[in-house]
Amino acid sequence: MTRRVAVTGIGVIAAPGRTRPEFWDALVRGESAIRPMRLVPEGSLRFSNAAEVSSYRPQDFFEGKDADMLDRFAQFAVVAAREAVADAGVKITPELSARVGIVTGTSTGGQTSEDDQFRALYADGRSRIHPLTIARTMANAGSSAIAREWGIKGPSYTISTACSSANHAIGHAFWMVRSGAVEMAIAGGAEAPFSLGFLKAWEAMRIVAPDTCRPFSKDRKGLILGEGAAMLVLEPLAHARARGARVWGEIAGFGMSSDAHHLTQPLAEGAAMAMRSALRDAGDAPLEAVGYINAHGTGTLANDATETVAIREVFGAHAAKLMVSSTKSMHGHALGAAGALEAAATLMALHEAVLPPTANYSEADPACDLDVIPNVARHGMEVEWALSNSFAFGGLNAVLAFRRP
Amino acid sequence: MSPQVIERVIQVIAKTQHIPPESVTIDKTFEDLKIDSLDGMNILFAVESEFDISIPDDRAPSIRSVREMVEGIEALLAAKATAPSASRNP
Repeated sequence: MTRRVAVTGIGVIAAPGRTRPEFWDALVRGESAIRPMRLVPEGSLRFSNAAEVSSYRPQDFFEGKDADMLDRFAQFAVVAAREAVADAGVKITPELSARVGIVTGTSTGGQTSEDDQFRALYADGRSRIHPLTIARTMANAGSSAIAREWGIKGPSYTISTACSSANHAIGHAFWMVRSGAVEMAIAGGAEAPFSLGFLKAWEAMRIVAPDTCRPFSKDRKGLILGEGAAMLVLEPLAHARARGARVWGEIAGFGMSSDAHHLTQPLAEGAAMAMRSALRDAGDAPLEAVGYINAHGTGTLANDATETVAIREVFGAHAAKLMVSSTKSMHGHALGAAGALEAAATLMALHEAVLPPTANYSEADPACDLDVIPNVARHGMEVEWALSNSFAFGGLNAVLAFRRP
Repeated sequence: MSPQVIERVIQVIAKTQHIPPESVTIDKTFEDLKIDSLDGMNILFAVESEFDISIPDDRAPSIRSVREMVEGIEALLAAKATAPSASRNP
């Protein structure tokens, strides 16, 4: 059984917006949500800007002890899933609940909870760790919380492949729906990376920009970290049509590859292989029908140049006609949530016929000679096919192919 | 049972469970208060901090009511008061 798979629900909480409409409006305006960091003490790091979900208060979303049970990242997962399920207009009945799957992505899970408790142990002289630390820290806390929220009893799990986590998660959920293993899936990614310990580790890698994220721009100085979550509701296209649901777009293909090369240096060959694999999985989608790529586009020197080479390798002469943007310039690099935020952006782009820009772009780089939609969104762009790229440390690549509804 | 200890235990339970302190009385069982096994661990953790005591693992499962908790804490506080201080050891 092979079925076409529709996305009927999208939920987002991220720096540009706490809901999908807020998020999308900010992206269309080309508005970067990168600001001075507030979640860690000022002056404690060599970089000072990030894309935080500002003034987030758990009690706005969770009652009583429910908030104590969940790390910030898992709360984001639930908040985004609630919006996605409401957006899809589905009722998860007891009959349906055993046929719904959940696949979430996260890179670092509940590490802010761990950082907090370990600091108390090592630095503050406390001898005990809070009993919820294991449950708050586990990477699957998001998928488990979503399952409890609606009593979902089908397959529920979490994929952790650093910056490709959400694409791997959405891709696997897509395959489960396509094959008939489940009738519906909630999939996406969630991340909350802002603890001092974790940020110090990023600082040591010397790839975080001191200013802002300028993907594909010659003066780019690195990535900017972000946080948040996005969740999608996936179901067979035929079911979505039958119940009169709004279809944001189709997920039509998923491709993966491993560089088997360097721990942190990207490899164009691996990225190209994942893009080709996604197009092949989509029934050999014609290259010329692909009009937009939501790039991995981290804003590091290495990624953006390598990704440009990979796109040229895959698309040949058609690369000159492709429109490519990195929305990380606006929502930051949300690591294990990145692919999910970008899937949301790509689906909205196809549905609304508006391509979000690469914000903060200032200067052309010959090494990134693609049409990167500098600074201003393109309206009236009816694109048939789009790709969304994620390439992770460890050389793990995951690409999703989307199709206009 | 010391009224002060009872009051402090009630405050800890109310805060941990996000319930009004008036709803917690000495005669309530954990079941009455909808305190499950995970909640129980959180309360033990908070009580250990509040009274600066360490509740042994084998004692924890037998504490299933506010009264049992107060009695257990008082026993541990009494043992702490009579134990020789580490600083007196050579």
